Amino acid sequence: MATASFRVWRGDAQGGAFADYTAEISEGMVVLDAIHRIQAEHANDLAVRWNCKAGKCGSCSAEVNGMPRLMCMTRMSELPLDKPITVEPMRAFPLIRDLVTDVSWNFRAKMKIKEFKPRKPDAPDGTWRMAQEDVDRVQEFRKCIECFLCQDVCHVIRNHQLQEDYIGPRLFVHTVALEMHPLDTENRIADLKKSQGLGYCNITKCCTKVCPESITITDNAIIPLKERVVDEFYDPLRMLARLVWPDSKPPG
Amino acid sequence: MAEYQTYSHDVLVIGAGGAGLRAAIEAAAGGGKVGLVCKSLLGKAHTVMAEGGIAAAMGNVDDRDNWKVHFADTMRGGQYVNNWQMAELHAKEAPDCVRELEAWGALFDRTKDGRILQRNFGGHRYPRLVHVGDRTGLEMIRTLQDHGIHQGIDVFMEHSILTLLKDDGRVVGAFGYDSERGRFHLFKAKAVILATGGIGRAFKITSNSWEYTGDGQALAYDAGAELIDMEFVQFHPTGMIWPPSVQGILVTEAVRGDGGVLLNSEGRRFMLDDIPENYRAQTADNEEEGWRYTQGDRNARRPPELLTRDHVARCIMREVRDGRGSPHGGVFLDISWIKRKIPNSEQVIIKKLPSMYHQFKQLADIDITKEPMEVGPTTHYMMGGIRVDAESQESTVPGLFAVGECGAGLHGANRLGGNSLSDLLVFGKRAGAYAARFAKEHQFGRIDDNALETASRTALEPFATNGAAQVESPYQIQQELQEMMQDQVGIVRMHADMERALEGIARLSDRARRVRVTGNRQYNSGWHTALTLRSMFIVSEAITRSALERRESRGAHFREDFPGPDPSHAKFNLAVGKDSGGGMQVRQAPIPEMRSDLRQVIEEMK
Repeated sequence: MATASFRVWRGDAQGGAFADYTAEISEGMVVLDAIHRIQAEHANDLAVRWNCKAGKCGSCSAEVNGMPRLMCMTRMSELPLDKPITVEPMRAFPLIRDLVTDVSWNFRAKMKIKEFKPRKPDAPDGTWRMAQEDVDRVQEFRKCIECFLCQDVCHVIRNHQLQEDYIGPRLFVHTVALEMHPLDTENRIADLKKSQGLGYCNITKCCTKVCPESITITDNAIIPLKERVVDEFYDPLRMLARLVWPDSKPPG
Repeated sequence: MAEYQTYSHDVLVIGAGGAGLRAAIEAAAGGGKVGLVCKSLLGKAHTVMAEGGIAAAMGNVDDRDNWKVHFADTMRGGQYVNNWQMAELHAKEAPDCVRELEAWGALFDRTKDGRILQRNFGGHRYPRLVHVGDRTGLEMIRTLQDHGIHQGIDVFMEHSILTLLKDDGRVVGAFGYDSERGRFHLFKAKAVILATGGIGRAFKITSNSWEYTGDGQALAYDAGAELIDMEFVQFHPTGMIWPPSVQGILVTEAVRGDGGVLLNSEGRRFMLDDIPENYRAQTADNEEEGWRYTQGDRNARRPPELLTRDHVARCIMREVRDGRGSPHGGVFLDISWIKRKIPNSEQVIIKKLPSMYHQFKQLADIDITKEPMEVGPTTHYMMGGIRVDAESQESTVPGLFAVGECGAGLHGANRLGGNSLSDLLVFGKRAGAYAARFAKEHQFGRIDDNALETASRTALEPFATNGAAQVESPYQIQQELQEMMQDQVGIVRMHADMERALEGIARLSDRARRVRVTGNRQYNSGWHTALTLRSMFIVSEAITRSALERRESRGAHFREDFPGPDPSHAKFNLAVGKDSGGGMQVRQAPIPEMRSDLRQVIEEMK
């Protein structure tokens, strides 16, 4: 059986360093299996967050050889074994311990987004009618497993630490899913511009690249939202209308 | 005494999967203060893995469906040892619970006229499962989560509960720790709802994650509550088996619902050879009819691959045992064959089963549109659990409620696919409402400092540096328990094996006293594993003792030494409780006679 060497980040908020381990590699193994093996055999207290081990829950996010990945979906066979594999925590978030980071900001930021508000039911029995195409249109965004890899890689968060004024790619995806929901009647465009920092995104598409669910975040979520902001705030006729009727909801 | 922080809530919910979230939302709706504690981050619980759908007799696809058919299907699937009152409430209330979810933003696939689409599933007579592709669980938990965060609920993520606290016979709180720093927390509450899910981690091959160690069942048992039906562990027939690292990961039943067939190494569709008597009238006995059923032909009977999970799992075991298995010890599940029936089969498969396509492609290098999958049984779901009152979900201990997988009764000896998500909604709502009502009628209780002292001291024992001569690793003990339960109390059970398992559990729990962990209390996975061993011993013992006691085969419980059902055993559930000496006792709890109108429903649907 082949063995692989690993450099795994060990430490907490005070600091840390890479520690070297080796693990036996069997067929079909993923990075999370190797981390578990290291944990069981060499480092019982190694901190790692995981759940489903099938790419569905988005818990085991980390940076493998410098790339933000889900450890459970990263096959050992796709990594070069001739040099050590580095496994580090997501660097954009405060470290709790080893591979586990404090991602609670994402949950707090989500609460700032106005919740779903449906239109009146279509049928007398209180139910709605929708076309399958309208349901299909938002599926891409509803696939999101909240692994926060897109947040991890976004330079507005990672390098500029603008968390207070910015919600990040994951939550733009969440917003677009609500905005394009066939039943939703809420308007979240002003918030995106004023307090959620949509303008900070300069569409470098790093988020799209790392999404394990292959959501085309930049093109399909962020750019359409930017277009809506432009329509609503920079359309000359609407700007004029706002001057005359400052409190009115924009038409259309 | 170790330091701890104190919180007070009218209702404390432990567990934040579908059941816990739904219960918390309902409890908060009454205006009370609600706390929600979960071992993982919010939205990561196993509900997220549910692929098939939510069973609800809405009749949108086949108007012959109604609550009576759903009720009869659930009882037949459970081999009539279900709590029939729960089965009735469940069948009647599930459709409204689905509509409620839609009002909170869930998006389901649609019929041509724009209503909610429903799909076929094992054991359900008509297309009944509300779904969105094969990621219904994600849709459900995210909807509940995104709605729930705006209801003023206090969420405690990555907190685990060590013990429930009692005062004068009723539950008045819980004591636990957080993963992040290992600090202790006291949660005072007027009512507590357990929604901790299953026990899959007691077995080696399982679709369950590390969380499912039977915490809720063990907490309730320790608090004096009764458990029932613990012998009924569902082994889902189709888990991944290759490569080894993915062993146990679920392959949704929807693959079979959409036309997938099971084949042995000889290429034979072996399920056609073994259709049980009580399902013969409604099961297709030829390939053509089975295919027509999956394509929505209302006059066709369902293919034998969609027989109940217990039966399909045993048929797969038999094929493997008799040397007709696949190369890695399972059988083949083939959906790619439908290319012989429809022109654009590849697109159809990817559209209908996107996450299965993705899962096999990425984890096993298998393209399911072109080649068969290899599958075998995997420990999936616990039918048994905390005994509850059907209407209120209150356990046998006042102030303690239980819901979802950690509760018991609805599913009897075998759960139908799709009946879990509906269970979470229907009884989550009920538990939340009744716990809130209980909280209104009661005050906070007195907290016993001794109980906190004992709990914190016990929890810190694995860090002790003295005493243990031979130090044990928590992972090693856990692994040995899993292997033993898999081999000796698994899909096929024998008296002698299970006697040995009982001895094994005693030996392991003795060794567990010497478990020691390294490092500190900060996010220490070794320590967390050590702290779950006790729950795993309790549920393993309860499963084994109950399985020994049920000297027949029924539903998911199969005894090689008693291979058939015994009608006299249909009259009771097995209830597990703590006796006065602290030992575990099993008693027969008679099943109350079914109301005559419900009996008539079952007769009509036969």
